Amino acid sequence: MTGRGKVRRLTCIVCPLGCEIEVRLDRGPGGDVRVLEVRGATCPRGREWAAQEVTDPRRVVITVVPVRGGDPPTVSVKTDRPIPKSRIPEFMRALAGLEVEAPVRVGQVLAKDVLDLANVVATRESRSMGRSFGERP
Amino acid sequence: MGTRVEGRRDVVVVGGGPAGMAAAARAAELGLDVLMVDEGERLGGILPQCIHPGFGVHYLREELTGPEFAQRLASRVEDAGVDVLLEAHVPEVRWISHAEKGVRVLSPGFSGEVRAGAVIYAAGARERHRFEIGILGDRVAGVYTAGEAQTMMDVYGILPGRRVLVVGSGDVGMIVARRFALEGAEVVGVVEIMPYPGGLTRNVVQCLEDFDIPLLLSHRVVSVRGRGRVEKAVLMRVDEGLRDIPGTETEVECDTVVVSAGLVPRVEVLRELGALIDPATGGPVVNDRLETTVPGVFAAGNALVINDLVDHAAEQGEQAAEGAAEFLRRGGIPATDWVRLRPGEGVKLTVPQLLSGERDVWIYLRVNRPVRNARLSLRGAGREVRLPVVRPAEMVRVKLMAGEVRRAKVGGREVVAEVYRG
Ligand SMILES: Cc1cc2nc3c(=O)[nH]c(=O)nc-3n(C[C@H](O)[C@H](O)[C@H](O)COP(=O)(O)OP(=O)(O)OC[C@H]3O[C@@H](n4cnc5c(N)ncnc54)[C@H](O)[C@@H]3O)c2cc1C
Repeated sequence: MTGRGKVRRLTCIVCPLGCEIEVRLDRGPGGDVRVLEVRGATCPRGREWAAQEVTDPRRVVITVVPVRGGDPPTVSVKTDRPIPKSRIPEFMRALAGLEVEAPVRVGQVLAKDVLDLANVVATRESRSMGRSFGERP
Repeated sequence: MGTRVEGRRDVVVVGGGPAGMAAAARAAELGLDVLMVDEGERLGGILPQCIHPGFGVHYLREELTGPEFAQRLASRVEDAGVDVLLEAHVPEVRWISHAEKGVRVLSPGFSGEVRAGAVIYAAGARERHRFEIGILGDRVAGVYTAGEAQTMMDVYGILPGRRVLVVGSGDVGMIVARRFALEGAEVVGVVEIMPYPGGLTRNVVQCLEDFDIPLLLSHRVVSVRGRGRVEKAVLMRVDEGLRDIPGTETEVECDTVVVSAGLVPRVEVLRELGALIDPATGGPVVNDRLETTVPGVFAAGNALVINDLVDHAAEQGEQAAEGAAEFLRRGGIPATDWVRLRPGEGVKLTVPQLLSGERDVWIYLRVNRPVRNARLSLRGAGREVRLPVVRPAEMVRVKLMAGEVRRAKVGGREVVAEVYRG
């Protein structure tokens, strides 16, 4: 690649092909990252992903949250939307103290607008301890 | 209300993971009386502990986490009217006659034999442990399989260690490495004996690169050292023949070693029953109804062949249910002059191993090395498929038409799967 700007190399994750993509970028007057050229992608989705990935990479965050009196004693959770990759450590710290009461249902919102980035939603159920298996809550 | 266990069932499903749940639901939807037995405390097999997204893209056309996928199938199982028995181990399936098998069940509430017209065996796989991949040294605390580490972290909320070395760069290894990093542990590296990562590129990027976790290719862990608890691991570089290169030992300080060295189908019950086992898959030899060589006993999911996608495991469950329904309706899967499907050049394994030519069939195969611009040839069936890329980590799935299989009946009576470049 020739021309102005900086080049970043990425391996595309959109499909199993895993194209090696090169993105040439520079900084605009406001310090914002601007994409000048994307090369190596073999489809439009790959080009879009690469541009997004160098300007504003985002991820859905997954973790577990303890459940007081729950069986199992945690529920797995995910953010209801992808959050900026750079803020994942801060997001995890914000969740570190979170604990909820049993029972928890799948889809239940356990924390709203954490750091104004996303809601945290349960992806697994946890029943109140003492209820026998197979019994409906 | 407890589940009714006694009496004779049309179908008993052994295992309540995705393959077993899909099989049980489908069989019940076809009007059969079904009992599903699982030794775990809850349905879902390994899915409740796989909290990352990536499940169901094909089967449900929606990307879910493992627990969510399990929940969907569990409600289908319930709606279909399947009887479910949990915390119940099946140590043995006994041949009584062509039309009847005895399934031994051990559980707190019921121990005895359940008679079944057909059995669908979906017991999943077990993880390989450190000694199977030659990690010698001290017997210390702090060595876990990936599944054990995942269960501790993601079901019980316990972090197994603070400085972690992961052995094996398959998707499972990389996903576990990311979970440790997210929870604040330091992942000192992921060690891979092959010269390329075992899992998907997506996971190399999102699990390792995102968290600056080093990937050590062409290395293996030769031993683990410590007093009481892991203190360090000894690594060596390997050559192209995967032989240790003398003088390349390095020591890595860590308190935890997580072994993610692949899965092995759990087939003891089938072997005892006399089913033929395919050394290539580690699972039973099956025909295109997914019936094992023991009439009336079917197999699906990781007990049949290790699946990297839950979608395939669930799909096999449904196929086995349809096979079982045919078996019960017709008093057996009609014998035919089977065409053998076997792996050739570049291919490690193929399933199912026996094709009838009476129906279209999904065949699953795994290659033994990565190839770009690959040409898959199903020699004998006169079929060629072009694939942009194939990798050992990703099962290839191709539909073969009945007519194509029948072609092999006039020829060498076999279809050989081969993969070439270009
Ligand atoms: C860590 C990890 C991550 C994965 N990630 C993905 C992913 O992102 N996307 C994806 O599509 N796939 C993924 N997979 C693959 C997918 O999870 C598997 O293919 C699938 O779970 C296999 O289902 P199964 O029903 O065959 O086996 P299992 O889920 O293992 O279920 C087998 C069940 O049988 C029971 N059982 C066994 N023996 C007996 C017995 N004798 N008596 C009674 N019960 C018994 C067990 O308790 C268990 O519940 C992943 C796998 C792993 C290990």
